[in-house]
Amino acid sequence: MAIVAMVVIAVVMPVFFPSAYYYRVAALVFVFALAGIGLNLLMGFAGQVSLGHAGFIGIGAYAVAVGPTHLGLPPWLSFVAGAALSAIVAFLVGRPILRMKGHYLAVATLGFGILLSIVFTNEAKLTGGPDGMSVPRLVLFGWAARGSETWYWISAVSFVIGAALALNLIDSPTGRALRAIHDSEVAARVLGIDVARAKLTVFVISAVYASVAGSFLALFNGHITPEVSGFLRSIELVAMVVLGGMGSIVGSLVGSAVIVVLPQALTFLHDYEHMVLGLIIMGVMIFLRDGIVPGLAAALKRRRT
Amino acid sequence: MAEFLQFAFSGLTVGAVYALVALGFTLIFNASDVVNFAQGEFVMLGGMTTVFLALAGVPLPLAALMAVVAAVAVGIALHRFAIEPARGATTVVLIIITIGASIFLRGAAQIVFDKRFHSLPPIFGNDPIRIGGASILPQSLVVLAGAAAIVLLLWVFIDRTLFGKALIATASNRLAARLVGIDTRRMGGFSFAVSAAIGAVAGILITPITLTSYDVGTLLALKGFAAAMLGGMGSALGAVVGGLLLGLLEAFAAGYVSSNYKDAIAFLVILAVLFAMPRGLFGRAKIDRV
Repeated sequence: MAIVAMVVIAVVMPVFFPSAYYYRVAALVFVFALAGIGLNLLMGFAGQVSLGHAGFIGIGAYAVAVGPTHLGLPPWLSFVAGAALSAIVAFLVGRPILRMKGHYLAVATLGFGILLSIVFTNEAKLTGGPDGMSVPRLVLFGWAARGSETWYWISAVSFVIGAALALNLIDSPTGRALRAIHDSEVAARVLGIDVARAKLTVFVISAVYASVAGSFLALFNGHITPEVSGFLRSIELVAMVVLGGMGSIVGSLVGSAVIVVLPQALTFLHDYEHMVLGLIIMGVMIFLRDGIVPGLAAALKRRRT
Repeated sequence: MAEFLQFAFSGLTVGAVYALVALGFTLIFNASDVVNFAQGEFVMLGGMTTVFLALAGVPLPLAALMAVVAAVAVGIALHRFAIEPARGATTVVLIIITIGASIFLRGAAQIVFDKRFHSLPPIFGNDPIRIGGASILPQSLVVLAGAAAIVLLLWVFIDRTLFGKALIATASNRLAARLVGIDTRRMGGFSFAVSAAIGAVAGILITPITLTSYDVGTLLALKGFAAAMLGGMGSALGAVVGGLLLGLLEAFAAGYVSSNYKDAIAFLVILAVLFAMPRGLFGRAKIDRV
């Protein structure tokens, strides 16, 4: 149901786009929503916080930049290599990190994300340093992906595929194990769930989502800076998931739309932009503390009965 | 040796500020379970308000006092209008609210003040004092003395007054505290006020050395949070030790290894400590109730 609705939205929305700029913003919404889905699997379903997920966006983004430029790999292969590298890094780091809980997990992931962004900033020979580097175009079978409209469709299709895979995962035994962990880790363990392994699995999956989103972002923009992997990006991702609604895949799309579109829509306020953005974030969280999608759904249900 | 001392001095100075931010985190966390990511904004408000009042012709001591009062007012308002209405929300929702608040405060500061860097005149001039071949700015000693005074005052207050005991009771068991007649909500507001004051003082003391601008809060909140976790969340002693350690780590990493990687090294050490001691250096072991 949710998937059908999202496909319809993706297909119908462009009818109302007056210019290429709208395609561009909408493509960004889908790209960040993809990363949001991954983080939502980790936060909303498994109940584990990560304040360092932009680090994986950085790995994906720099893979498609460094691969073709320095290693001579074709962009698509770099894309796959980036996702694989993210999975490996997540696997290696996840094992010790995920033993921590709550705020300690938050600070550990935060440190991990910052480490990565410092590496991207300082290894100037490979990454171009703080100024960033340009990213060659994605070319598949002689066809080059360019223009906002093309990227709108690429990101929309990827998002729908990502959402479908996530929904599938949630209904699988792994997904049920994750939800059990969210409710009570001890109870889950008593039921015979391998808690450490289930957490690690979802951490790796969420890292791959972030990496893929990062690669798309880099290919679409044609230029990247270490800022893509920075602390503020990680915070934005968490804000997307929480604003849209933890545990809601549609929520990730709505959250991404809020975080990507709002700053664009508020530019007319000039200096007051940040104040209003802060107020909106606080207001949504105070009045819809379960997030926009679950919050509104609950409100609708209440009205009906 | 002179080199070592030099790094130690600069590490302790920055560390004292981290310690004060971490202390603010801990205070609010204990009284209301909120991890306040707007903590760094109090530091910014303290520095920036003092700078602009001084520019407007207010004598420096009065300007500093007014800045602390302003930060306290913001702290109380933050609790009253953003945290209190969301009571009972999950930790991560409360974190997002405080992040929203910090974006709001930063946005407000860039309108009320400006986007430039500002400094304040140091209290005892700019002539460095030589100790064992290393030199230390008089203002660094002021920062250290100020931080020590705050920690001492806070300790006396919490340990020796009825109000402080009520705060401890609230921290250890909210429900039990309410049952013996403690207004736990007021304790929450109070912890925001004190944290804001501590942050503002830290901001005023450090501005002559590190300068201030509307966006210094983000990084300080980050470091303060890391310091609090390093020490063990909820432990005041841990916050102070964690802050000083973090400052020293950064200074030595920058001095002996690479200034580009100083934050990386600091976080690597924090990660290593947390791997070995998942509750931080001074954190209490927590037993999960099933």
